[in-house]
Amino acid sequence: MSLSRRSALLSGSAAVALGAVYFYACAPTTRSAGIGAAGDAPSRVYVAPGSYDEYYAFMSGGFSGQLAVYGLPSGRLLKVIPVFAQNPENGYGYNAETKEMLNTTFGYVPWDDAHHPSLSMTNSEHDGRWVFINGNNTPRIARIDLTTMTTAEIVQIPNSAGNHSSPYVTANTEYAVAGTRFSVPIPQKDVAISSYETGAFKGALSFITANEPGKMRVAFQILMPGYDYDLARPGKGPSADWVFFSSYNTEQAYTKKEVEASKNDKDVVAAVNFKMVERCVAEGKGETWNSEYVHAVMNEATHTASSETVRGVKVIAPAECPGSVYYLPTPKSPHGIDVDPTGEFLVAGGKLATVIPVHAFSKMQKAIADKAFDGEKDGIPIFQYEAVNFCEIQNPGLGPLHTEFDGQGNAYTSVFISSEIVKYTLPGCQVVDRIPTYYSIGHLLVPGGDTRKPYGKYVIALNKITKDRYLPTGPELTQAGQLYDITGDKMKLLLDFPMIGEPHYAQAIDANLIKDKQVKFYSLAENQHPYVAKSEQETNVTRRGKTLHVKMTAIRSHFAPDNIEGVQVGDTVLFHVTNLEQDWDVPHGFAAIGSAHDAELLVMPGETRTLKWVAKFPGVYPFYCTDFCSALHQEMQGYVRVSPAGSNTPLKWSVGKPAVVAQKD
Amino acid sequence: MPRSSRLLLTIAALLVAVAFILPLWNVYLQAPQYPEGLGMHIRINTITGLKPNDLDNINNLNHYIGMKRIVPESIPELRVMPWLVGGLMALGLLAAATGRRGIARTWVVLFALLAVAGLADFWKWEYDYGHDLDTENAIIKVPGMNYQPPLIGSKQLLNFRATSLPGGGGIALALSLGLGVVALVLDRRARTATVVRETQPSEDPDAGRTAERSLVTSRA
Repeated sequence: MSLSRRSALLSGSAAVALGAVYFYACAPTTRSAGIGAAGDAPSRVYVAPGSYDEYYAFMSGGFSGQLAVYGLPSGRLLKVIPVFAQNPENGYGYNAETKEMLNTTFGYVPWDDAHHPSLSMTNSEHDGRWVFINGNNTPRIARIDLTTMTTAEIVQIPNSAGNHSSPYVTANTEYAVAGTRFSVPIPQKDVAISSYETGAFKGALSFITANEPGKMRVAFQILMPGYDYDLARPGKGPSADWVFFSSYNTEQAYTKKEVEASKNDKDVVAAVNFKMVERCVAEGKGETWNSEYVHAVMNEATHTASSETVRGVKVIAPAECPGSVYYLPTPKSPHGIDVDPTGEFLVAGGKLATVIPVHAFSKMQKAIADKAFDGEKDGIPIFQYEAVNFCEIQNPGLGPLHTEFDGQGNAYTSVFISSEIVKYTLPGCQVVDRIPTYYSIGHLLVPGGDTRKPYGKYVIALNKITKDRYLPTGPELTQAGQLYDITGDKMKLLLDFPMIGEPHYAQAIDANLIKDKQVKFYSLAENQHPYVAKSEQETNVTRRGKTLHVKMTAIRSHFAPDNIEGVQVGDTVLFHVTNLEQDWDVPHGFAAIGSAHDAELLVMPGETRTLKWVAKFPGVYPFYCTDFCSALHQEMQGYVRVSPAGSNTPLKWSVGKPAVVAQKD
Repeated sequence: MPRSSRLLLTIAALLVAVAFILPLWNVYLQAPQYPEGLGMHIRINTITGLKPNDLDNINNLNHYIGMKRIVPESIPELRVMPWLVGGLMALGLLAAATGRRGIARTWVVLFALLAVAGLADFWKWEYDYGHDLDTENAIIKVPGMNYQPPLIGSKQLLNFRATSLPGGGGIALALSLGLGVVALVLDRRARTATVVRETQPSEDPDAGRTAERSLVTSRA
């Protein structure tokens, strides 16, 4: 071995060792460098103290069952509106006035999984009347009044399970829709689960009248093959008579679905011409089934909800109304099916697809005329893919889910696995920008992004994972959204803000459409609650057997009555508390010690609410106002005296002196 | 063999022991939703996670693409390797203790062969995991995509950036082999110097030594 070769060998081995050390030193760090917000971000999202946000954003609460109201662009939480879940904070779903809102054919169901807010529309633009939201678990749709930001109406969806593709109201709020995510035997019956394979399971697509407050009804249900109908979107403009439903599980698997329902290269988007189905039903096609569902309405005059069981729904099969339902083959297990502002492009987010397919409504019309079909399923023609597909967005990231639009010819798709938003042009079909989200974005929101005229400006990512983005809070971490500026060529991250529950979809509306319509308080004069006391003179306590009704008033800073005697162990005391205030922002709270049947009451001015309290032990027990109402809020309290059962303590009540004694019967 | 070579061989053989303590190789996985990172230590007798549950978590993730579960107990190499590496260490110490050139050469050659075989075997496992996918049951199927991590370096595998680098044990083995080679080179140089001195008597009897010493110094 020559000296030079030896030296080469030696330096070589040294290089290997050094190289190894170098690589080792360069092992990836365990925390990614946070991407700082753009330089002018603070000013872009800063809403000065006392100033208002530009948009109201309605963010679904997911498993909280509620709907949260945020201001944009600040990301400040303004209110949590109780919808499908009990809310101890104000007594919703606990007290007699609101409990009926949560009634179903299964009985009282005090929780649901709220996914997709949908603002009411006029001519495919948000009109600021109501926002609807679906309950996924026990199929329901709620209407929230945007003048009071309270739940005004809830209708149950019969013949359904997993009300996910909902409510997505049509162009003029004719209907809210409800697809079936978990196909089931319809009508329900006791069959082997494996009979899914033989077509025993169906997925109903329901259309619920939505344009008349208090009158939400299931107008008709279309009985579809047993796929999993995932999301929906009404058309607009030329496609305004149609609603599109994405679906997965065309495999019709019923076990290990993560694998078994992911096998087909293409699933389908169902295109439903609801105007045509409406006509078919009006002509008497289809059947009337004896299905039952509960409809609950909050009566604004009595401040009390009532529910009724509605019997009978129109059910129609696609084959009975030819030309009303088609399937668009769409790659793999599509989630979102979103319609661009022109109503021409249908963007599907195939969550396992390697491209984003964009279908064209005009091509679909032509395919109908040309009968460009590739077979049919249960009387539903299936289009040839090429006949309806306009383009496939290449390189869209991994796991595209949901798309919104800015009205400037750009689409924004949330991409879950690669955790980013991808921006591309339509009809150009070219990706022009992408930006990371933190982390694993589900839905996204562009203000007005589902309408004919999006406001644009921002896109908000609604994320599933926050990990290291905030101070850690044990195993359960906050949910979060990120707000990006989309006014330039490049998206810019401006703000990261925590959210309640799990935000699924969200919608935002120009604050000017809503803010001046806000009810400041309820009119006491118009309060028709059966136990209202419109003045302290009307307060009293009446006994009916073992139940005592206390007509009570609250005004700064006392209750009337605030001394009650003659209650006996075993009595149920119903405190009907009316807030006598007729001014803005003066709620009174009411709570009583050991109140085992109720949460507190939070009573708005002019409103009446009832707390149920059972007297358990002899003694004197306090009740008090829980909402800091005034300088002497702490003094706003009272006592109930409880005597042993059968004692002869007279029933009397008072505020100040002297006490009023009940007349002996 | 000169004292310096024997000393180097001793150090080299002892360095082998590091492979019993530190991982031979590390595989790091980074994805947007894993800012804290995930990863595996490939050790002499097992595979462990960077964090306590990483291996299970990686296996759970891999089911999406139909990759086989990584089960250390089912990899026979991990049972054999401690014996091979232990034997290597013993042979190295033997070479150092006896100072016999033949043993030292055998050791270095054997070591080099085992290193190459080990890396090739590791690559083969990576290839196998990355290509032998259960396409029937994979949930995410990207046409033409395989998930073989690199032997050294980084590669994007869907949303994960896989980075594969030698660990402390691997580096120690590389250094050990390097020192073994140096020991042989020094030995050869010492012998050459002796031969030169014997055939061509120098005026400076220490010339060979000096050269040897200076070489050691320069490499130190």
